[in-house]
Amino acid sequence: MRSEALVLTFAFGYLALLFVIAAWGDRRAEQGRSLIGSPTVYALSIAVYCTAWTFYGSVGRAAEFGPSFLLIYLGPTLAMLMGPLLIRKMVRIARSQRITSIADFISARYGKSSSLGALVAVIALIGITPYIALQLKAITLSHAVLVNYPEAADFRLADESFWNDKSFWVALVLAVFIILFGTRHLDASERHEGMVAAIAFESLIKLLAFVSVGVFVLFGLFQGPADLFGQVAADPALGDALGLGAVPGGATGWFGTLVLAFLAFLALPRQFQVLVVENVDERHLKRASWLFPLYLLAINLFVIPIAMAGLLLGGSNDPDSFVLTLPLAAGLDGIPLLVFIGGLSAATSMVIVETIALSTMVSNQLVMPLLLRSRRLHLSSQGELAGWLLGIRRVAIVLILLLGYLYHALIGDSYSLVTIGLVSFAAAAQFAPAMLIGLYWRGANRTGASLGLIAGFLVWAWTLLLPGFAQSGWLDDAFLHQGPWGLAWLKPYALLGLEGWDIYAHSLLWSLTANVGLLVGISLFTRQSPLEQTQAALFTEAMHPGLEHTPLWRGQTTRGELRSLLGRYLGASATARVLDNPGDARLDDSDPAPSELIARAEQALSGALGNASARVLINSVVRGEALDLESILSILDTTSQTLEYNRQLEQKSRELSRIGEELRAANERLRELDRLKDEFVAMVSHELRTPLTSIRAFAEILRDSDSLPDEKRVHFLDVVVKESQRLSRLIEEILDLARLESGRLTLHPQRLDLVALTRHSVDAVHRLQEDRGVALEVEIDLDEAPVVGDPDRLEQVIINLLDNAGKFADHDAPRVRLHLARHKAHFRLSVEDNGPGIAPDERERVFEKFHQIQRQGESAETVRGRPRGSGLGLPISRGIVAHLGGRLWVEDAPILKGACLVMELPSAPG
Amino acid sequence: MTEPRRRARLIALTALAALLFSPPLVVIFDRPSEAGPSWLPLYLFLAWGLVIGLAAWLMESREEER
Repeated sequence: MRSEALVLTFAFGYLALLFVIAAWGDRRAEQGRSLIGSPTVYALSIAVYCTAWTFYGSVGRAAEFGPSFLLIYLGPTLAMLMGPLLIRKMVRIARSQRITSIADFISARYGKSSSLGALVAVIALIGITPYIALQLKAITLSHAVLVNYPEAADFRLADESFWNDKSFWVALVLAVFIILFGTRHLDASERHEGMVAAIAFESLIKLLAFVSVGVFVLFGLFQGPADLFGQVAADPALGDALGLGAVPGGATGWFGTLVLAFLAFLALPRQFQVLVVENVDERHLKRASWLFPLYLLAINLFVIPIAMAGLLLGGSNDPDSFVLTLPLAAGLDGIPLLVFIGGLSAATSMVIVETIALSTMVSNQLVMPLLLRSRRLHLSSQGELAGWLLGIRRVAIVLILLLGYLYHALIGDSYSLVTIGLVSFAAAAQFAPAMLIGLYWRGANRTGASLGLIAGFLVWAWTLLLPGFAQSGWLDDAFLHQGPWGLAWLKPYALLGLEGWDIYAHSLLWSLTANVGLLVGISLFTRQSPLEQTQAALFTEAMHPGLEHTPLWRGQTTRGELRSLLGRYLGASATARVLDNPGDARLDDSDPAPSELIARAEQALSGALGNASARVLINSVVRGEALDLESILSILDTTSQTLEYNRQLEQKSRELSRIGEELRAANERLRELDRLKDEFVAMVSHELRTPLTSIRAFAEILRDSDSLPDEKRVHFLDVVVKESQRLSRLIEEILDLARLESGRLTLHPQRLDLVALTRHSVDAVHRLQEDRGVALEVEIDLDEAPVVGDPDRLEQVIINLLDNAGKFADHDAPRVRLHLARHKAHFRLSVEDNGPGIAPDERERVFEKFHQIQRQGESAETVRGRPRGSGLGLPISRGIVAHLGGRLWVEDAPILKGACLVMELPSAPG
Repeated sequence: MTEPRRRARLIALTALAALLFSPPLVVIFDRPSEAGPSWLPLYLFLAWGLVIGLAAWLMESREEER
């Protein structure tokens, strides 16, 4: 009856039934009457944890290692007890952030890092593909046992063509199933209702199958438990089979496996998929937290009886196949077929969920970031990328299944079932620190998580993966016993000399030590980016009621930009669903998008592409930075405020020192002015006293001596008059100077001809100069020189210059030369003499008040006879010229070789 | 039952389960029965069942806290 055809009919008939159930589930979901909206279905879907490894391997493990198989289920029991606290938090985060996989979850927690997501995806691929291979191998093996019994089921795939291998065809059917029911929506964070319904159904089938065979063994082959265990007790070989002594590694091995199962249950990609992504309602966790452990207990209840019965009755068979061989040996046909279907259901459910989880990771964490980085996609983006995305995911599904099948076909023969399972568990456990610590410790950061993951993964590969290859004969196994390059402390099973441990406990200890150590250590010494801080706050405070509706974005963009971005990646209908609310239908595409809308758009993209890629895309259209209130505050507290204070203090102190400098300079100037004023007063007093003294002296002579000849009297009176004139001129000059310096000198500028004015001035002094014997030469190159000036004052300046020149000209043959010429837009009037000239360092000082040049070789006596100057003429002249917009300076006399004073005035406009 | 209280009980139950499933207690129960095989599997199943029962009672009870 166990003909090949019958077995195949049943197997593929069962798969067809799965299609029907899944299609029904999806139809019901579309009608809004969900099949899976119950906590019981949720608990059954979590039972995807029980794979073919459980179904066949538990018995094998119980036969070999005693009760240690139970640890694989006690760990998840602990995890599920924590479910209403721990998993609920994960579910809530996943919902609000539209998490699609565990890689997405870890990447989102650490600042939506695409590199971290890719790392998790790669580790998952390497660690989990063998596990898929294991399921396919179980199908091949169980089929071979079923068909070939009682001949040995020593099926070697290498001897057969792959089209004779049933698991190849099963994998093919599964690929179709997963593509049909696992990629219905672009949004991977949406639930696959039909698939979950099928998984829940499969969980029932495998439980039913396993319990039936258990009941058959216990009550069909034996007369109840008492009979069975009586026989076990009687067999001395089995005396120790159920004690701790049979457990590898004893107590430490026991504890290590418990922790391993606990962590793996939370971190396996398929468990994350059913626990978190496919969760309909977080309240379901309450029921599932005890219903799922109950399921585990039920499916394990008969493991020990079957294992013991197998050891008692069919000791020569492979313990992994006891479930099949026991009923076969009893000559039954129905139960073996049911067992085969049960095993098939366990294997297929695992392959389905794991492949969906892995393909989502591959498409969202590995392929999408690469595509987004390449320019071509952006340029050719007018077409719809939605189809592309699903295509990528479908190709990934086929490739992952193919990879699993190849692994199974090429090296699967050399592994026992249990080994692969626990090796995969240990790989998945590496995700647990980044995930769990990240859920509760806000300080964990991306660098720490990445390095921790890498280190944990490397230690795992060294202590479990490579030794596995070596034991399969793929590598030279010398390094297992001597260590690589003879380094004994690097031996994979006894790292740092830690001997005598169970290999899984040993690997877990070192990999988790490295993983957690780096995660915590590096996080303590590096900083988080603002986005990381925000995400860390959102994750750790996920259960905080106020946090749920915090609008994240402060950036700016328009509706139109969001619409085209979403349209490109999600398609038109999904875009309309996200962007259009009935309430704001009148809004234009050029309006700025409100922050809630941007957040909705990012969530929608996250569901389809993963958090990291969505972030990149949103960043490409939104300008601005996203920060939630708490992180803004914390950033302000730690850095900005201090920086602001520092900046202000620095500015203040700079201002103060600048003001101090100014004050010092002002003080200096005041002192200087004070000194100048004192000097000035002293000079003025001196200058005034000289004429006064002589006036007084001559006046006294005139008063006291009556007998003075008339001639003398006239002379003395003449002197008095001259000195009085000089005195009044001096006072006039001082007043002029005072007015100039205080800026109160009133000039009456008007347009005038400098040529006429010069001639007029020359005429005025001509007589006087002639009297003194000064030869005055006048050279005027122009016909007229229009300037703007006060004629009286300018005349005063010119007379002063001529007068001065006359005084300082050569003693014996004094010559003075006046020259007026145009120089660019100016007129230059220079007066030179043939005197000794002025030394270069004296040239500016002649414009100081009361400065008088002492002629060399001449004492004050010899100057007598010439009218002495007051020393105020040049300062006043310069002041007047400056007021009229001109300049007055000293230079070398070009012709007479004495001093030359040059007055320059701008020519009048027009 | 108020939420923080349920939370506390849940944590306590998990701690109890972890204790029951871990070495010191496991080693104590790892002794051969008169019949021969170790008591360990039986103990584990009983402890497991007890924990599941307590969890079910904790999760499903709707009575108000006194």
